[in-house]
Amino acid sequence: MKLLSKMSWLELKLFLREPLTVLFALALPLLILFVMGGVFGNKVDVEFYRGVGAMDYYVPAYLALVTASVGLISLPTHIAGNRELGVLKRFHASSIPAWAVVGASVAVTFVIATVSGVVLMAAAIPVYDVAGPDAVLVVVAGFALNALAFASLGVFLGAVLPSPRAAQAVGVMAWFVMLMLGGAGPPPEVLTGAMKTVGEATPMRHAVRVMQDGWLSLDSGLSWLGVTLVLVVSAVLALRFFRWE
Amino acid sequence: MRHVIEIDRLHKRYGGVVAVDDVSFRVEAGEIFGILGPNGAGKTTTVECLQGLRRIDGGEATVLGLDPVQQSAQLRRRIGSQLQESALPERIKVWEALDLFASLGDGRADWEQLLTEWGLGEKRNAKFGALSGGQQQRLFVALALVNRPQLVFLDEMTTGLDPGARRVAWDLIRRIREQGTTVVLVTHFMDEAETLCDRLVVVDHGRVIASGTPQGLIAEHGGGVRVRFTAHGEDLDWLAGLPHVHEVHADRGRYEVSGEGPVLAHVAAALLRHGLEPADLRLDRVTLEDVFLGMAGGGAE
Repeated sequence: MKLLSKMSWLELKLFLREPLTVLFALALPLLILFVMGGVFGNKVDVEFYRGVGAMDYYVPAYLALVTASVGLISLPTHIAGNRELGVLKRFHASSIPAWAVVGASVAVTFVIATVSGVVLMAAAIPVYDVAGPDAVLVVVAGFALNALAFASLGVFLGAVLPSPRAAQAVGVMAWFVMLMLGGAGPPPEVLTGAMKTVGEATPMRHAVRVMQDGWLSLDSGLSWLGVTLVLVVSAVLALRFFRWE
Repeated sequence: MRHVIEIDRLHKRYGGVVAVDDVSFRVEAGEIFGILGPNGAGKTTTVECLQGLRRIDGGEATVLGLDPVQQSAQLRRRIGSQLQESALPERIKVWEALDLFASLGDGRADWEQLLTEWGLGEKRNAKFGALSGGQQQRLFVALALVNRPQLVFLDEMTTGLDPGARRVAWDLIRRIREQGTTVVLVTHFMDEAETLCDRLVVVDHGRVIASGTPQGLIAEHGGGVRVRFTAHGEDLDWLAGLPHVHEVHADRGRYEVSGEGPVLAHVAAALLRHGLEPADLRLDRVTLEDVFLGMAGGGAE
């Protein structure tokens, strides 16, 4: 436990020493927020956005998006990069266990996602007059679950993809597909049948529903279970396929 | 435990490629043991097996009385490793790396002292990526020593260092031994092995092709001595008749006399008798490099 907290603190410091990565993590969700908010505002249109205002719909959805962007874009590249450089081999030879390496990365990812999420809410709520969450604890629980699920998925991708370039390509692609089809981009109501089917299969669709459950008290179906499944399966696969070199 | 390392007929392959064919040797406590050979000879694979980083496909290995495959986690806590092709995150600071690696042991390691001892005191807050090659290597060795291991593996630690930094590294390696730690030194530099190692094995194509002390190997495989000097306008045919001399080469006044045993003394005495006093009379030492190049496959690089 002491090792895990030491590793996590170190990883966080290392992350903060890369200004561009920090900027990316904080600016990307804000950029999307202001573009989409500028276009759609927060008016209610019964045909779209599950019957709520556009920004009321998007803010919880973007909280899901934030967890996906740090988990799928930053994390796999980070892990594959450390493997390629020989950092993981160095750790392994000094008997740093895999759970400490993975745990520290997940912990830092979690912190970054949380900060990004808070920044996003702090910008969205006053600017677009978005209503606060209906059930704060459910939102917190959902956010934590989503963050852990996407972080596990990210560790898995980092473990199986051969290089940081490959990890980045696959991570960005997965993130983009989920953004467009998973309910955090175009409203699900405008997607074609095939797109909807693909969207339903993405972890993002369920992560979005989980957030909207707590924030807007909208029905989440089996989405809590879906995200939990993503978390468990990715975590098992990530530990199974974790490679030091 | 008499031997720190015992390996017997070690065999390791990657897919169909044999990296280590058949390697056996013993390392005794307190010595600097060299594993010498050209690139691709199987040196690194051998030590990575001994560090518990790779599974072994055949043969037996015991390191510090432990099985490096079954007890790898336990073993890695008791050894120090400076690995080839490993790194630290670019932005980690020197003290942070030492602090992290120190925390893996029993927590008694005094990394502050290592920092000064290895000449990194002023670099305490420098980032890994900003260190010179020599400083990075010294940090790696300091990290390998931070848990006071009984045995350290140093894999090609002077590769890429300038001559000055290599000398510094050599002194530091001797200091590790003086503190009672056994050192396994992997290198493809003959001069390094000759200067540092108490005993060594020469590995080529995954097999041990020679073993012994550097001096022993030179005596055994060096093929005698060579005496050189310059003399002009003289007929020195009588050189070939001197005791211990096998062969005389002359090329525009540059003479090379080869033989075995006290060749230099005989040549010098005979030159004086003939009224010659060449200022450049010298004995060419046979180095480990000559030995190595003389062996089968020695020119592989």
